This record gives sequence, structure tokens and C-alpha cells, in this order.
Amino acid sequence: MTHEMKVAAVRDAAHSVFEMMLGVTLKDCEPTREENSPVHTDGVVALVGLAGDWAGTGAFRCSAEMARKVSGLMLMQEFAAVDQDVLDAVGEITNMILGNVKTTFEEKLGPMGLSIPTVIYGRNFITRSVGRCEWSVVPFELDGGTLEIQISLAKSAPKSLGSNHKDRLSTVVSMEV
Amino acid sequence: MALDVLIVDDSGAIRKILQRVLIQAEIPLGKVYEAGDGVEALEALKQHPVGLILSDINMPNMDGLQLLSAVKAQATTRHVPMVMITTEGSSAKVMEAVSLGAAGYVRKPFTAEQIKEKLAGLF
Repeated sequence: MTHEMKVAAVRDAAHSVFEMMLGVTLKDCEPTREENSPVHTDGVVALVGLAGDWAGTGAFRCSAEMARKVSGLMLMQEFAAVDQDVLDAVGEITNMILGNVKTTFEEKLGPMGLSIPTVIYGRNFITRSVGRCEWSVVPFELDGGTLEIQISLAKSAPKSLGSNHKDRLSTVVSMEV
Repeated sequence: MALDVLIVDDSGAIRKILQRVLIQAEIPLGKVYEAGDGVEALEALKQHPVGLILSDINMPNMDGLQLLSAVKAQATTRHVPMVMITTEGSSAKVMEAVSLGAAGYVRKPFTAEQIKEKLAGLF
């Protein structure tokens, strides 16, 4: 699964979700490839896990303002603050985008599972995926703001290596209080 | 006769959108009940018989396919059409849902028109 294939799958899924569910068109920005897990520091981040013979993490990242905007478009109402409805809407957008990416991947990589999204909102936090894996970062522009889909995927360790194998991926979040 | 509906999805946003689509679909809509997973849905069905169930698949506690099996196993609910509305798009999942007795399958993301067309085929 090449970087270009991941970018194409993410773009297809994101465009479908935003056009069908929110009634807007995203503008593609230049994707990047990162060797280490992208670091988040504030705003809204939604994470889902992919599991199977290939496993990894998908993330949706945007500012609080963008989260209120996309939730408002989806639910046809205005949000003055990032509340439970906004977090729920961002989680569902993430679920739909990464769920469709998963379906595309399954055609080449076999059956995969998708976890229920975890959505984080705040300041001064860091998310980090444990394990060595390349990340594809796919940014989009919407009404002058940006949002990003990030995805990493690696062949799962053989079961005989046990749960401590270093190539397994898991995402941790730390927050400064 | 008004049609009572149960919407099952762990996302409140999707439940809200589906309610809006049902209103737009111009079917004689009665009461709309909501559940966040399969367990809540079975509880709701004990108290409120409905004429249609719209359900996600990927949910905590009890997923949509387990719910579908339970609905089709009960004499009081097996006649109720159940439409799966989900991001799960693999042909294996679609086949599994159909073999368990799903009346329809709509992939997320969806348009209001797609839901309306699916429902028009049922009633």
C-alpha cells in the first residue's frame, strides 16, 4: 500500500463525505509523508484504529473553529462552542471517512476491523503512536481554514511474537493540566 | 396508518440526520424512537413496537448484525423490515446482513434521496 494509494483513498472518501453529508466541496492541498507520528497540540482530533493482517491508525484533525463549522454544516445548526454534539459529529465524520478508506484497503489487504472513534478536544496535548510506521498526511482547505486526515498502516506482527512486538501500533494521548 | 420507526446508531448526529430525512421522505411518519446500540434497541422494542428499524452496524455493546439476528429470532419483531445504514461496505458484510434478513443496505455517506429511494421500495 503506497503513500499515493493512501492519499487517493483518503481524498475519495473525504470528498464523498463532505459533498454528500455536508453539501460542500473540499479543496485538495499538498499531501506529505512523515516518518514519525504527527504531533497535535490543540484543537480537535478524532482517532480510529484499523486492525487485521494490516493494522494502523487514522486521525482527523482540525481547529475548534473548523470543528464547529463542519458540525454546523452536517447538522444544519450553529454551534457557539465545541460541545458534545460537535465532538459527536466530528467522530462520525471521521468514522465515515476512515470507514470508506478501510473498505478501499480491504480490496487489496483483506478484511480489516475499524474501532469506534475517540475524539479529543483541548489545548496542550500530544498524541503519539507507538511503533515504527510511515504516516500519510492529507490536508484539505474549506472556507479558508484547513483540516487534515492522517493515516498509518503496517503489516501486523505475527501472533507468535506476542503483544510486546515493537512494530505494533497504538496511540497514546498525554495532556498538560 | 402512521409508521413508527426505531433509529439505532451510536452517533447522535446520524440519528438526528436520519430523523430529518424521514420527515422529508413523505412517508406517513408516526413516532420516532432512538437507541445508541443493539442492547438499547432491544429494550426499546420491548416497550414500543415499530414498523421499521434503521440501524448502524459498528456500535458498542451489541452491533447491528447481532441486533438483526435478535430481531429476526423474535416472533414479535421478525416481520419488521430492518435497513442497515453503515460505513461497513465490504461485500462480506453486505452478504452477511442480507443472509440474516436485512431489508436493505445503505452505505454512509448517504444522500437523503438514497434513503428515500430505499424506503420507497419497502412501503
